[in-house]
Amino acid sequence: MTRVSTAARDGGYTFAYLDEQTKRMVRRAILKAVAIPGYQVPFASREMPLPFGWGTGGIQVTASIIGRDDTLKVIDQGADDTVNAVSIRAFFARTAGVPTTTRTQDATIIQTRHRIPETPLRAGQILVYQVPIPEPLRWLEPREAETRRMHALQEYGVMHVRLYEDIARYGHIATSYDYPVRVNGRYLMRPSPIPKFDNPKMDRSPALQLFGAGREKRIYAVPPHTGVRSLDFDDHPFEVQKWDQACALCGSTASFLDEIVTDNQGGRMFVCSDTDHCETRVRAGHVESAAGGRDPGGP
Amino acid sequence: MACDDRPLLSARGLTRYYGRILGCRDVNFDIWPGEVLGIVGESGSGKTTVLKCISARLEPSAGTVTYDTRTEGPVDIHRISEPARRLLMRTDWGFVHQDPRDGLRMAVSAGANIGERLMAVGARHYGQIRETATNWLGKVEMDTGRMDDLPCTFSGGMQQRLQIARNLVTAPRIVFMDEPTGGLDVSVQARLLDLLRGLVSDLGLAAVVVTHDLAVTRLLSHRLLVMRHGTVVETGLTDQVLDDPQHPYTQLLVSSVLHP
Amino acid sequence: MYVAVKGGERAIEASHRLLEAERRGDPAVPELSTRQVSEQLPRAVDRVMAEGSLYDRELAALAIRQAAGDLVEAIFLLRAYRTTLPRLGNSEPVDTARMLVRRRISATFKDVPGGQILGPTPDYTHRLLDFRLADVSATDPAQRDDTVQRDRLPPREEPMPRVMDLLGREGLVEEETTAADEGQPPADITREPLRFPAGRDARLQVLARGDEGFLLALGYASQRGFSNTHPFAGEIRYGVVAVSIVPEELGFAIDIGEIELTEVQMVNQFAGSDTAPPQFTRGYGLVFGHQERKAMSMALVDRSLRGRELGEAADSPTEDEEFVLYHSDNVEASGFVQHLKLPHYVDFQSELELLRRLRSEFDPPSAQAAE
Repeated sequence: MTRVSTAARDGGYTFAYLDEQTKRMVRRAILKAVAIPGYQVPFASREMPLPFGWGTGGIQVTASIIGRDDTLKVIDQGADDTVNAVSIRAFFARTAGVPTTTRTQDATIIQTRHRIPETPLRAGQILVYQVPIPEPLRWLEPREAETRRMHALQEYGVMHVRLYEDIARYGHIATSYDYPVRVNGRYLMRPSPIPKFDNPKMDRSPALQLFGAGREKRIYAVPPHTGVRSLDFDDHPFEVQKWDQACALCGSTASFLDEIVTDNQGGRMFVCSDTDHCETRVRAGHVESAAGGRDPGGP
Repeated sequence: MACDDRPLLSARGLTRYYGRILGCRDVNFDIWPGEVLGIVGESGSGKTTVLKCISARLEPSAGTVTYDTRTEGPVDIHRISEPARRLLMRTDWGFVHQDPRDGLRMAVSAGANIGERLMAVGARHYGQIRETATNWLGKVEMDTGRMDDLPCTFSGGMQQRLQIARNLVTAPRIVFMDEPTGGLDVSVQARLLDLLRGLVSDLGLAAVVVTHDLAVTRLLSHRLLVMRHGTVVETGLTDQVLDDPQHPYTQLLVSSVLHP
Repeated sequence: MYVAVKGGERAIEASHRLLEAERRGDPAVPELSTRQVSEQLPRAVDRVMAEGSLYDRELAALAIRQAAGDLVEAIFLLRAYRTTLPRLGNSEPVDTARMLVRRRISATFKDVPGGQILGPTPDYTHRLLDFRLADVSATDPAQRDDTVQRDRLPPREEPMPRVMDLLGREGLVEEETTAADEGQPPADITREPLRFPAGRDARLQVLARGDEGFLLALGYASQRGFSNTHPFAGEIRYGVVAVSIVPEELGFAIDIGEIELTEVQMVNQFAGSDTAPPQFTRGYGLVFGHQERKAMSMALVDRSLRGRELGEAADSPTEDEEFVLYHSDNVEASGFVQHLKLPHYVDFQSELELLRRLRSEFDPPSAQAAE
């Protein structure tokens, strides 16, 4: 798989597509977001040449922070080669001409949809999340005017009511992705639809985490080394998903696994959702799990 | 600091206009800790306006409402910050609506309805929240086995009990009630009134009960305010006002309702 | 060994080639020119310019061709292009009272100063398919008399007073105040995020580029009781207005061009309040090009959204500012609806895992009874 590759920039556009005035506006929003961890800063999101809901918020954030010395990695569902990741990577290769990579450790900016890489991030890296719905209280209160007031007054009891209902009905909290967190002990935040498996990686991460919601016109941030706590109850603590299987390709037992249906009889196998993590392990000599990961009966 | 030798809540010169229409004018009264005040009058008399103004749900056009808080002593509830006011509303005060659907979260279980105020002030132990909710279901004489049922599966009287439990769970010092037994049939009303009377005296609660039903105030309230056309026409101990009304309007009200 | 699906890049390239072939259709048929589209599909061009919020007939026509006639897609293309354009300056407000009118009607007065001018409208055509159009040569102006050309009259030269201004003189209709009257620059929804409660200036901007179908449905709903505004079409006018700017170095206004606009003023009842006597209120619609359906819908929705300001009950979706304004932009809506096509493997995997767990924990009551 490729390490760093460089593409020729299309000179017909401003560097990274957005004009400098727009970038300044977005950067101001980012600075404010970093200063108030977890607070959703409204910004004048622009129409981008990709549809709303397909990562326009993340793209505007990336376009505003990227420089010629940066190396960009784009993932969708953890993979570098899913169509939307390919499309966004190609967009920046064309408009910014910066080097791109699939290697987590080689990237300075990683734009992501729905995952945090398995490889721990380091200081100096920036993780840019694409966010569909930024407001954690949205399903409980549809009105923006009211949710902003709830944030201002820290009226978050209703979110715990939802978790209470889960436990009363199912015996445990039944939220598996986009699991709400409290940032720096203050703002309730939606981590975007990452699996709750990834939530602990946000806590005190040395990397800067930026969240862009283009259609909803909001930017928020978790600065490096900031506490991110997943909501829970003292007697029902937050816990992440576990698998009975190991990755069928690299044998990893510590990564998020995608289920692949392999035949019409319902045979299935499990492989790492993070393709870079998986390939790195395979290259390092890890072998597929003993059972070949095939599990015709399912759990 | 709050103390027992001064009123818990005082209204002074309370006036509210809706545009040019008078809601209430120059209303004055005190409520002492543990005291139940009834406000009676026909519809349009301004009693609900007064209730909304003293419970911070409506800003008066003039006048003040002073509340003796546990930590800061007396404050003007319309002058303090919104966070402070909201904190009072969800801890120290209760509000029982005539229609329980206005006071309950209809989409979550009875247990969650009772637990919400606890979680809002930081309770984070599921087991304890549940235990408290179970106790309160018992105190309002509901079947604790219905803990996980949605309010829409309860009768009107049961919903009203649930609303009361949801309000009392944070041990408020004063509860505002707007026609708490309106819309219920007579036998259900009687049992609910019994329950309310018991709770108020057991918990030493202060309460303001707005009603057009003199039987309700006779049972619940210590003191009475009679309102007409937005002003208070008579005030006094409940038995005194009902047995020996002075104002012609009160006389009319009493004679029209209280014939055995 | 299993290998995960790869080759997104090649698949995308191949998909683009297929898309282009689909757009072009049968190569034996001559290709449409951009000019043909801008001249012969003017209503499509108007809509794309209005909702794309960029007044440029040629670019809109190009977008329509590129989108293979999918107007919402063409609007999106134009919007994305608009992002890259620098803002050189702001024009002076256009004065629709000085519009060179091609069409102007009022449903509230039989006759009005300046007269009723029917102009071009399909309103009184019988909607019968015209099979003569099927034969291109028959409608070719070269083959016909010159009526078609002669009938494209230049607009009337004399300015025409607005009907609403006549009512305004009697004090029967509310005064219109603008942000400028209050010393505020108008909101700019393309430069600032929408905040709630939104001012009427921001609301009108959102509606002006809102999806025609959505506004039509809302306007219709407002007539059917989901709102209570009792509208009359005070005036509908369509024509050409001059656009002028004041260059800093000159200090006075110069015309830089002209644009076509449709303006609608609805007259609505208002019962009055404790501070205001009963009077008529206004709903306003203004759209690029000739788009009466859109402009009328916009005016209806504008008036519905003023319910709260005017002290009305305002409990219908058409009167709910957040509901209407957040959902009227078809570029946002289309993107988010269609993002469901993107992979959701990870979220779905999480849900799958949860569902299996819930099912394994589920004890049906009957099974318990049987034990």
